[in-house]
Amino acid sequence: MLSDDREKAVLRLTGDWVQNAGGRPHFADLEHELRGLGIGELEADASALGRWDSLLMAFLLQAHELCRAGEIRFSTRAMPEAVERLLEVATAVPPHQPARQERRPWYARSSLRAAMRDLRARTLSSLGFIGELAIALWRLMTGRANTRFSDFRDCCYQAGPDAFAIISLTSVLVGMILAYLGAVQLRQFGAEIYVADLVVIGTLREMGVLMTAVVMAGRTGAAYAAQLGSMQTNEEIDAVVTMGVSPVEFLVLPRILALMVMMPLLTIYANLLGIIGGGIVAGGMGITPLMYLHEGQTALSLVHLNVGLAKSVVFGLLIAVAGCRAGMNSGRSSAAVGQAATEAVVTAIVYLIIADAAFNIIFQQVGI
Amino acid sequence: MPQAHIEVRGLRMTYGSRLIQRDLDFAINRGDIFVIMGGSGCGKSTLLKHLLGLIEPADGDILYSGESFVHADPARRDAMRRSWGITYQSGGLFSAMTLAQNLALPLQLYTSYSSSERDEIIAYKLALVGLAGYQDYHPSEISGGMRKRAALARAIALDPEILFFDEPSAGLDPISSRLLDELIVQLQESTGATVVMVTHELPSIFGIATNSVYLDAASKTMIAYGDPRELRDHSDQAVVRQFLARESSAPVEEQA
Repeated sequence: MLSDDREKAVLRLTGDWVQNAGGRPHFADLEHELRGLGIGELEADASALGRWDSLLMAFLLQAHELCRAGEIRFSTRAMPEAVERLLEVATAVPPHQPARQERRPWYARSSLRAAMRDLRARTLSSLGFIGELAIALWRLMTGRANTRFSDFRDCCYQAGPDAFAIISLTSVLVGMILAYLGAVQLRQFGAEIYVADLVVIGTLREMGVLMTAVVMAGRTGAAYAAQLGSMQTNEEIDAVVTMGVSPVEFLVLPRILALMVMMPLLTIYANLLGIIGGGIVAGGMGITPLMYLHEGQTALSLVHLNVGLAKSVVFGLLIAVAGCRAGMNSGRSSAAVGQAATEAVVTAIVYLIIADAAFNIIFQQVGI
Repeated sequence: MPQAHIEVRGLRMTYGSRLIQRDLDFAINRGDIFVIMGGSGCGKSTLLKHLLGLIEPADGDILYSGESFVHADPARRDAMRRSWGITYQSGGLFSAMTLAQNLALPLQLYTSYSSSERDEIIAYKLALVGLAGYQDYHPSEISGGMRKRAALARAIALDPEILFFDEPSAGLDPISSRLLDELIVQLQESTGATVVMVTHELPSIFGIATNSVYLDAASKTMIAYGDPRELRDHSDQAVVRQFLARESSAPVEEQA
């Protein structure tokens, strides 16, 4: 490939330099040979060149860069005019040297220290968000916030009536599952009738609100994150800020309040359907609807209902906060919006389960 | 006379029942830098979308190298599209990918280059648009002008025969815009590609265009066709002369 007469090496380009032509030399070989020679000039001779495409250009460009770095003069002979021109365009701007991070193997990338730093940063940003939220809420209560009622109403519609269908389906099915689970066990003691107590108490205190919350986390929490994330991408949030409006007051507060208002209502609806679902299964086991209702009534108490409703308000807050925080902190690319939505759902569900456990422990201690 | 690369015959464009443009008849020759111009809302971008096959024409035909694109089946259309490179108004780069990944995509899909060859070609294409060394940057990390050039690099990744541009200099400062124009001319001269661009930037039109068509919003058809420098001085249409000479005094009304 190279012929050498001390000062000048000639790089002879022969044959076809197109895709699939085969037999193309590797640039690394040329680089190796060239370094061994210590010459002052490299001449690319294209007198025997056949067809060519971008592959030739890529090769020549690398040769040119190598010569530039090694202070070797680069010249050409019998080069097609188009190649000359393209090479001229391609070498007009010297390559940018990015501040390259050293590539480390995958196992070296995650370290305990980095994880702790990450955790600290996340905790701080969470605290910051909660702080902003508290300030916004205070401004709202004192009537100084830029929160529009119409936004709140739209968010309520989105988080409430729009969710009826999916909530209906999940609640009926969960009620049925509870009834099945109880019936099989209670039958061993001949106490099938207590299925009604189990379903009513289980739904009111736990399953109704938890299932609603999980569905809303996947539905509305993710929607909040995606909405706010794409607003971040479109510089809409920047626009809100430069209008002198706090995005937390304008965008986050209506969403959080809407979910906190709608969650208890959806929970009541879910409770009702869950109990009906349980009744369907109980009917299949020989418990008449009247018996089911009568037995259920003895278990039904305002305390159980209130436990569920108290949880639902807190769950609504947690879901909305997780969703909005993920959206507001989203990066500015389509992939980042996807990550924000994922983060919103995952965080919301973790929050939900921790909060539910805490609630149950507290209620146990207090004796409710 | 050189062979027509793209031919538009009796094209009629509508959105539903709303007529945008009718009776469009013109040819774009191989190696032309062809400009589609006109005031706001005249249907320039709509015409480009018709040429790209993103919108179906209400009537008429579009031919590439003598072959009808409108009547081609989807597989044939994709094959014809293979020889096009398109730069969208806001770049159209995939924001979740680095520049290298953006360029690698068409190469992976339509060529059999090995991954090291691909890397070499990506380095070369980025160097052509003056972005050598920016392989690992995301589109959000570079400036608007650089994004336009990166989009151009992706458009020329497969060595296209036709390059389409939608408002290449929109949102660029005059200097970046001129550099981009120069780059387009240089690429055109060295690859011999046909360039079709939608623009209303007069410096671009006079600087690089070799042929043009003017779409009029009021009469809903083309009212001028030819070298824009000729049109500025000798067009029989007052509107066209005013547009190109940038006069606003005369009785031309802005069309919404």
